[in-house]
This record gives sequence, C-alpha cells and structure tokens, in this order.
Amino acid sequence: MADLYNLRLYVAGQTPKSLAAIANLKRLCDTYLAGRHSVEIIDLIDEPQLAIMDQILALPTLVRRMPKPIRRIIGDLSKTEHVLLGLDIQAWSAS
Amino acid sequence: MKPIETELSAPQLAKAPTGIPGLDEVLLGGIPAGRPTLVCGSAGCGKTLLGMTFLVNGATRFGEPGVFVSFEETSQDLADNVASLGFDVPGLIAAKKLAIDHIRVERSEIEETGEYDLEGLFIRLGYAIDQIGAKRVVLDTLEALFSSLSNEAILRAELRRLFGWLRERGLTTIITGERGAGTLTRHGLEEYVSDCVILLDNRVEDQVTTRRLRIVKFRGSAHGTNEFPFLLDDQGITVVPLSSAGLGHRVSAEVVSTGIPGLDAMLGLGGIYRGSSVLISGVPGSGKTILGASFAAAACARGERCMFFSFEESAELLIRNVKSANVELRKHVESGLLRIETKRPTSFGFEMHLAHMQRELDRFQPSSVIVDPVTSFRGPDSEVHALLLRMLDILKTRGITTIFTSLTSSNERVSQADFGLSSLMDTWFFLVDIESNGERNRGLYALKSRGMSHSNQIREYLLTGDGVKFVEAYLGVDGVLTGSARLAREAQERIMAQQQREDVVRRRREIASQRAATQRQIAELQAQIEAQDVEVERLIAQEERRETGAETDRAAMGASRGVHGNGKDKSQPASQTRHDTREPMRVR
Repeated sequence: MADLYNLRLYVAGQTPKSLAAIANLKRLCDTYLAGRHSVEIIDLIDEPQLAIMDQILALPTLVRRMPKPIRRIIGDLSKTEHVLLGLDIQAWSAS
Repeated sequence: MKPIETELSAPQLAKAPTGIPGLDEVLLGGIPAGRPTLVCGSAGCGKTLLGMTFLVNGATRFGEPGVFVSFEETSQDLADNVASLGFDVPGLIAAKKLAIDHIRVERSEIEETGEYDLEGLFIRLGYAIDQIGAKRVVLDTLEALFSSLSNEAILRAELRRLFGWLRERGLTTIITGERGAGTLTRHGLEEYVSDCVILLDNRVEDQVTTRRLRIVKFRGSAHGTNEFPFLLDDQGITVVPLSSAGLGHRVSAEVVSTGIPGLDAMLGLGGIYRGSSVLISGVPGSGKTILGASFAAAACARGERCMFFSFEESAELLIRNVKSANVELRKHVESGLLRIETKRPTSFGFEMHLAHMQRELDRFQPSSVIVDPVTSFRGPDSEVHALLLRMLDILKTRGITTIFTSLTSSNERVSQADFGLSSLMDTWFFLVDIESNGERNRGLYALKSRGMSHSNQIREYLLTGDGVKFVEAYLGVDGVLTGSARLAREAQERIMAQQQREDVVRRRREIASQRAATQRQIAELQAQIEAQDVEVERLIAQEERRETGAETDRAAMGASRGVHGNGKDKSQPASQTRHDTREPMRVR
C-alpha cells in the first residue's frame, strides 16, 4: 500500500546534522516503511516562510503528515527506537 | 572602576526610546539600542504589554518596524489584548511595520531523536525581520522553550547563540522572563542578557495592588535606581518617575484670588501666591468642598485650567452640591477648563494614586489643583504622610496652585495628617465650629500664610445660596460672636444707634431753645442799653436847651434893660419865652 506514511523532513542547509538526518531517514524508511511511504525534504534556507507556516522551531524536524494525527520528532534521527516510537511504527511491521 | 566606565561610555551609548511615558525618563533615553534587554516579572505584571507597546511605538513613532515572537499567545490574542489601547495591530501588520510570529511548541508532540538545534527559530526570526526591515524584536517569553524541550544543554547553547545573533544584527530586543524564586528569571535568562535588566513587580498590600518597576542593571549608562510605580490601565503603561523632591521649583510673586472676596480680604495681599499651596482644614459640613470649588471656579473664570481631584463625591454630585452655594462648575467642565477626576481612595494603592495623578497632570497641564479631601487616604500614618508629601512635591515642581482640603474631627482640631502637612503648606485656613447659645456657627481663621500679613481674627462665614459670605466679626466677652449672638449684638447696636440719634436731636432742640432764651436776654439788655442811650441824649438835649433858655432870658432881660442882643430874637415876643429854669416833666 503506497503512501501510507507521508513524511516531511525539514532541514537548514547542508549541515552535518541535516546530512545525518537525511541518511538516517532513508535507512529507516528502507528498513521499516519500504513501499508504503513518501518523503519530502524541505530546506528552510530556501523556503523560510515554511518554518512559520509549519511551526518549525528545532532542526532537523521530521513531521508525520499521514497517517493522522500529525506527529513531529526532532533531532538527527540517530536514535532509531525513539524515531519508531515517535512515528508510531511497530518494529514487527518490517518482518 | 565602575563610575569611570560609566562616565566614559555613557555619551556613546545609543538608546532606543520605548515611547512609554516615564520609562524613557527613568532609563535616561531608552533601552540600549541594538542590544538585548531583559524584562522580568511575575505573571500578570505587564511584560507582554510592555513589549508590545515598545514595538507599536517603534513602528508608529520612531520609524522602527518590529517583530513580536510570541511563545504563549497567538497573534489574534495579542492583537485583541492591545486593541483597547488604540493599537491597530492588524493595520500595522498590513503596513509591514509589525510582524507577529506565534511559536507553538507542544512537548507532547515532540520526540527527541538525537542531535538538534534551534535553527528553525533563527530562520523564522530572520525571515520575519527581513520581511519588514525590523529594528526591534520582542521575544515573549523564551522560557516557554524550557518546558517544551528537554535537552537543556542544547537549549542554553542555542540561547547564547541567539543573543549573540541578535546583537550582531544590531536588533534592539526585549526578552521577557518569568520571575523565579530568588532569581530574576526562572531559568536564569539574566546570565545571557547583561546589558539592561528591568524588573516589574506587582505587590499586594492591604488588598490593594501596586505595580512597581525597577532598573536592576543598565550597563554603560546611568539610570534611575529607585522603584518606580507604574500604571497599567486603559491608557497602557505609564511609569511615574517620582523626581527627587527638590525645592528648586519656580516661585511666583503673582497673587491669585481664592474666589471668595471675604477670604481674600483676610490675606494681606488680597489672595494667595500663584503656585503656593493652601490647606483648608475643617470639621464635617464646614464647607471645605465649597471653598475648594469656589477657588476652582475662580481659576476657570480667569481662563486657567483647573483639575479637581474628588475622592468622595462623583463629578455630578460635586457639581450639584456646590451649585447650592452658587458655585457654578458645569460650564467650566463643558468649556474644558475644569476637569473633575474622581477616584475612590481605596480603589488602588497610594503609588497608583500618585502615578495616576502625575499622568493626568502632565496630560491636562492645569494651573491649579484641588484635592478634596486628602484625609480620605487611609493607612499607616507614615505612608499617608509620604504620599501627601510627594503629591505636594509633584504639584509644586509644576508650579501648580494647590488647595488641599482636610477633614478634622470636631474634638481634635488638628488632625495628624494636618500636622505632617502643615510645614509644607504655604497658607493654612482653619474652619471651626463655634458653638454658643445652643447653635453651631461657622468660623474661619488663617493659621498661617507665608509671605504675607493676614488677619488674626476668627471670621464668621455663611454658606448662602449666593456663595460664601463673610460677615462682620463681633468680639464679645467670650470671643467672637456668631449666629444669633451676633444678630442680637447687631440688633443691640442698632437700638443704641437709634437712641444716640434721638439723643442728638433732643440735645439740639435743647440747645436751640437755650439759644433762643439767651438771644432774648441779649435783646432785653440791648433795649436797656438803648433806653440808657436815649436817656443820655435827652439829658444832653435838656442841658443844651437849658443853656439856650438861660441865654435867651439873659437877652430878654438885657432887652428889657435896653440892651439889644441878636436881631433874630428881637421879633420874638417875650411871652413865648418860657421860664426855663424849671425842669420839664418827662413821661416815660
């Protein structure tokens, strides 16, 4: 089932944290959400107004837009367990 | 070292005016331009309003657009809250003079999954600033972040970076912070903001709230160090810098009327000095308010502005009540020369009263002020005294002619408040009850009037439908005669005068008749003299005749003897010649 998870990652420029977050997100999605997700990466340096519109404070921020409710997790997504918890993804669903 | 540093850097330090009445005065110009200032205080003490006022004034008066970053209230709430102050927040936003960014952080929504920073805040702030070219920023209140984000180490590092960033961009910033126990802010924001710290305080004493403001720190600048009361009402924030009570106020030699001719007459110069202070102490019902109102009406009639602080009567009530003594205030209120400020003494604390008074004085710029009565302020003596002292100072430094009325109880002629005040007052009138003959009458005397001679008499006055009337003083055995005793005395004097008039008439008549008698006597004596004169003449005539007759006889005898005398007598028959030796019979 495609697009079950609609995720959006906000970063600001090519900072180490941004790059780490992008890499971690890609790995997580491949591992746990293969084929049922869409990911958008937004660089606020280019679109700063989106920071206001989407209530972004800390960076990087990952927002789970779908399924509802909206959830947001912050940080470079290095703590996988916290990410799964934040996105409400059960580890077993990967198997 | 510190004073030197202050002296050296004070002239260079650029300041950004807040436009808040009084605050800039206390700050000697404003908050440091291009640097962050911390405003801290407990909940509800006006931090947000201060911040918003700073931005709105910046946008509307100083040409400095501003960004308000709110961590608590939404843009809508903020706009609504200040709309009553006449701040058109949506209009300013539309005109790109103001931007509001509400940063909402829900801890429950956030899962921390590793390294992060607050770059999002910087981006938002930077974006908003660039959109309107902001020079001013308010962050209200950053401490909300501490409850939203659990990683305090990151947060503190980011805050330090934020202040550096704001400073670098030369933004005049106000950061608000909630007051903590024993510290200025709960999370120690003061450690990042070292330039200027303003503390707002909201104390409740005896169930009345007093707001105070203090400049805790202002690096590189002198500043007022006291706690200054401030107002937070429909006029927004007003800080009241209570200037040090100097005695360097203007002194005028001009004399103004008290509005009551009889009262003016008691004073050597026919009135009181402009800018002087008058205390009218009196028992209840002695007409203090009417005297005050008379003065107000007189001031307005001269075309001067006057402010009447009425602490006991509402404006309408005051106008109606004094009208009964023919003191017309309404027309002056309508012409805008008179303002009646009514506030319950208990409605707020002393500081607030002073602050309020000072603000209204500065707005209205009256030349005279009536405070009726000062005794309505209740509290510890020392505080009331301090209040009145400062009130008087506020008025004196502005050169305002002041009438204070003071209520005294009948058995204690001088109240404690009066004693405290008396040394500061230039003129002191005392309204007393004179009880005698089973009635109460009103008397007034001038206890003192600096710089002029004044009557030492207790004068009786009447509150008539035609104003305050002073009546002639009668001194009796027991002092001044008043009321019916005076009337009796007046009647007595009238009778005496009548008697005296009658006496005069009678004496006149007496003298007139005496004079007539004398005149008669004079006439009689005169007649006597005349009779004597006649007698004398007759005797002389007789003597002459006798001599002539003798001569004739001798001639006749001579003729008969042939001796001719005068031819003239020759023809006369001898028979015609009487024998003259005999005296004729005289009939009176």
